[in-house]
Amino acid sequence: MTEVLKVSNLVKRFGGLTATDNLSLDLRQGEIHAVIGPNGAGKTTMIGQLIGELRPDAGTIHFMGQDITAMPVHQRSGAGIARSFQITSIFQNFTALDNVALAVQAHDGHSFRFWAEARKDKSLREPAMQALEQVGLAHRADITASALSHGEHRQLEIAMALATKPKLLLLDEPMAGMGPEDSARMVQMLRGIKGSVTILLIEHDMDAVFALADRITVLVYGHAIATGLPDEIRRNEQVRQAYLGDEEAVVE
Amino acid sequence: MSSASNSSASTATSSRLTFVVGLALLGFLGLIPVLSVVFDDPFLLTLFTRIVIMAIAAVSLNLILGYGGMVSFGHAAYIGVGGYTVGILAFHGVHAAWIQWPLAVIISGVVAALIGLLSLRTKGIFFIMITLAFSQLVYYLGNGAFAYGGDDGLNIMTRSDFGGLLNLDNRPTFYYLCWVILLASIYFVHRTVNSRFGMVLQGARSNDRRMATIGFPVHRYQLTAFVIAGMLCGLAGVLTATFTGFISPAMMHWSRSGDLIVMVVLGGMGSLFGPVFGTVAFLLLEEVLSSWTEYWKIVFGPILILVVLFARGGIDGAMVRGQACTLLAGCAAFFLLYGIHTTYEDQWLIPTLILVAACALAWFAKWEIQRRKNRHD
Repeated sequence: MTEVLKVSNLVKRFGGLTATDNLSLDLRQGEIHAVIGPNGAGKTTMIGQLIGELRPDAGTIHFMGQDITAMPVHQRSGAGIARSFQITSIFQNFTALDNVALAVQAHDGHSFRFWAEARKDKSLREPAMQALEQVGLAHRADITASALSHGEHRQLEIAMALATKPKLLLLDEPMAGMGPEDSARMVQMLRGIKGSVTILLIEHDMDAVFALADRITVLVYGHAIATGLPDEIRRNEQVRQAYLGDEEAVVE
Repeated sequence: MSSASNSSASTATSSRLTFVVGLALLGFLGLIPVLSVVFDDPFLLTLFTRIVIMAIAAVSLNLILGYGGMVSFGHAAYIGVGGYTVGILAFHGVHAAWIQWPLAVIISGVVAALIGLLSLRTKGIFFIMITLAFSQLVYYLGNGAFAYGGDDGLNIMTRSDFGGLLNLDNRPTFYYLCWVILLASIYFVHRTVNSRFGMVLQGARSNDRRMATIGFPVHRYQLTAFVIAGMLCGLAGVLTATFTGFISPAMMHWSRSGDLIVMVVLGGMGSLFGPVFGTVAFLLLEEVLSSWTEYWKIVFGPILILVVLFARGGIDGAMVRGQACTLLAGCAAFFLLYGIHTTYEDQWLIPTLILVAACALAWFAKWEIQRRKNRHD
């Protein structure tokens, strides 16, 4: 089985705190790999290193067999890694379609084009519209992003990530702050794209995680304490202690 | 949902209003030489030549400040660089415009590239401060250039020579040249901000981190915009030097950079015609206020605060939101000031007090309206 992403012995320290502690992880072609763990387990720090915003202190990251540990953010995006943000970070004064079109534009050659009107550019608008349809947001294409609901923002986030035609999609808590209805729709949508893109899913919503994931890695204090099929994880005693049985985590 | 689409629809109508008013203003500016003859008032032409030139500089700043979110507090440096290039070349006997002008624009671009390359590594307040520091560096270079007059400045004896094509000594001709350049730069900015490049620039304004994540090398685009703005502003410097026949470090003093920011903010950041509205309002106000007192900024300051309080998004923003009252109040205040000035001549205290009282009253009124509205809800 081909490995899309291979993380080996990754270490990241912030002063005395080891946020990523000798973390190893691999993602196989087409799978949804969930990373779970209590708050402060270092999930977002891990994403930061995968996307290139944080430089690890030790260890390597390989993507499609290529060492990308030192590659800058925008080049990783070019190579095929996309990310949705935990805190929604769309461009508020653009319409939904503008937002996605911008993501398409990022992967359509350089943007030193000063004259032709970008909003009339079919080679940007049509793929953008497709991505919006994929996440079920096409009917809201011309609405200014700031006027969309929270759930729609999350969908838009994913549409933007998909529009870059990624090989690897890093989803940082896509269901955060969603009601059950929106969550269910998101699960449905992710099921729909499953297989076409490899997904690393970070999520607190355990129903969603167990419904979607092919494999699960449990992260505690920056260290992967277990990796396996959902059933194995459910049965793992160490995991139950560290996470699933923890009342605080359940409340979340 | 319906209210959102309603409001966006009304925004569209109102921005059409801005568009019409903007074009009308540009048309009016085109009539100034005629009006100057009709009213036999040569000063009118002088004043508006200055306004049109500064509007070009403000349009250039708006590209990076309004659309790009880069608060350059050193934009006047390029006016200086452009002006000094023309002045120094003229001093050494090079008068041909086709050498002077392109060279001035290119050198402004090079200076902007150097400043931008270093400044754009920082963000926020640091960016503001470092651009200020660089412009002060350029300012003191001018101050120390004793061969070219040091802080006394340098007279340009002969205007740029366009061969037989244009005679810049003819004031209306020069005015129309500036006016055409202003129109061209507005059109250029309009095309640019709606192009692919412009989408990147605007995206980086609201979220540069996200821009990098979706795959843009943001820094390159910002630097390019910074250089374009520097070159356009350098051209405004060329026009300034040609117009006044004089260069001095004062034209790139930090307070001039501040004035430019005020013009853009007053008119409306990130709006096409905003910088023109802002420049016209700023320089007309300056003209009126400074004619009654050299302490005119005491009056000008509170006016600016009022604009920020009541008309966010500046003059353009007020139009887009259909704040007719705010705009009318602004115009009324302007004519009131003008009237008071002609009545009271040299006394600045009385009109200032009246103005401050009016501000206080307006503020109280707004506060009261807000309070009642809240209670009503």
